[in-house]
Amino acid sequence: MSTPRLADIEVGSELPEREHCPDNVQLFLYNAALWNAHRIHFDAPYATEVEGYPGLVIAGPLMGDWLTQCVQEWLGEAGHLTKLSYSNRQAAYIGETLRAGGKVTAVDHDSGRVEIALHVHNADGENLTPGTAVVMLDPANSADRREH
Amino acid sequence: MTALLTPELKACIGREAPPRTEVVTRRDIRKYALSTGTRIRKHLDGDEAPPLYHVALFWDVVELEQLTPDGVSVDTLLPKLPLDRAMAGGLEITYHRPIVPGDVLVARRTLTDLYEKSGRSGPLIFYEITLDVRTEGGAPVLEEVTTRILR
Repeated sequence: MSTPRLADIEVGSELPEREHCPDNVQLFLYNAALWNAHRIHFDAPYATEVEGYPGLVIAGPLMGDWLTQCVQEWLGEAGHLTKLSYSNRQAAYIGETLRAGGKVTAVDHDSGRVEIALHVHNADGENLTPGTAVVMLDPANSADRREH
Repeated sequence: MTALLTPELKACIGREAPPRTEVVTRRDIRKYALSTGTRIRKHLDGDEAPPLYHVALFWDVVELEQLTPDGVSVDTLLPKLPLDRAMAGGLEITYHRPIVPGDVLVARRTLTDLYEKSGRSGPLIFYEITLDVRTEGGAPVLEEVTTRILR
């Protein structure tokens, strides 16, 4: 994938979406890497019978991580992430197919500052994890490329 | 509305957890990165930590007896609050420099706000925790502000 050029970025430019379908093994490894022992992420009878969830709950910050992956896969080495915000509005469960993506909401071609609105959509198109990111691209690079 | 947050509870604003120092290793970066499903090579190889790696690095490592039966450790920064059902929360992170293997990072957690509002289905308590991560030398690495809602 080619990295974006600042000159080409406009409000409304879309970041490529990526599908995520984490399974038990991935969710286990993620929570193990955190040292997070919350049963709702690995103990299916507990999650469903005691907590009343329809399945094993995908960890909230894992969905947050997908937002950063979306930004970074699009941005490549053309710039860097300076701000990230998100909230876990709704839960998702093992077995669901989720899509992480984003759209440019503001761009300053002079400074290279770009703002992005982010989402993790479920199959119904609900945004489970709305977020925003700010990235900085090098404006000098962009001017260079425009000339050639 | 009756105030849920007594002056004693409000006085907890500003409470700080003891600073935590952790060493960043390539192995830990790789374990975290792989588990997130990332396709970004510098993260998979552990050359640079993904933007949310600090979540793993500074997650409380507590002894088994300190976990509740559902596997959760209680945040010792928070006083006992009159509401305890956690609802959606959000966070905002400002990044100053990337995290790489060999970094020795110091994290300071502070309860920076505690307030209540009345929601449609009753009272809500909001609390805000600020995580300040710096190098050992004091250079800022990132700042994370988390807001959580209890009902």
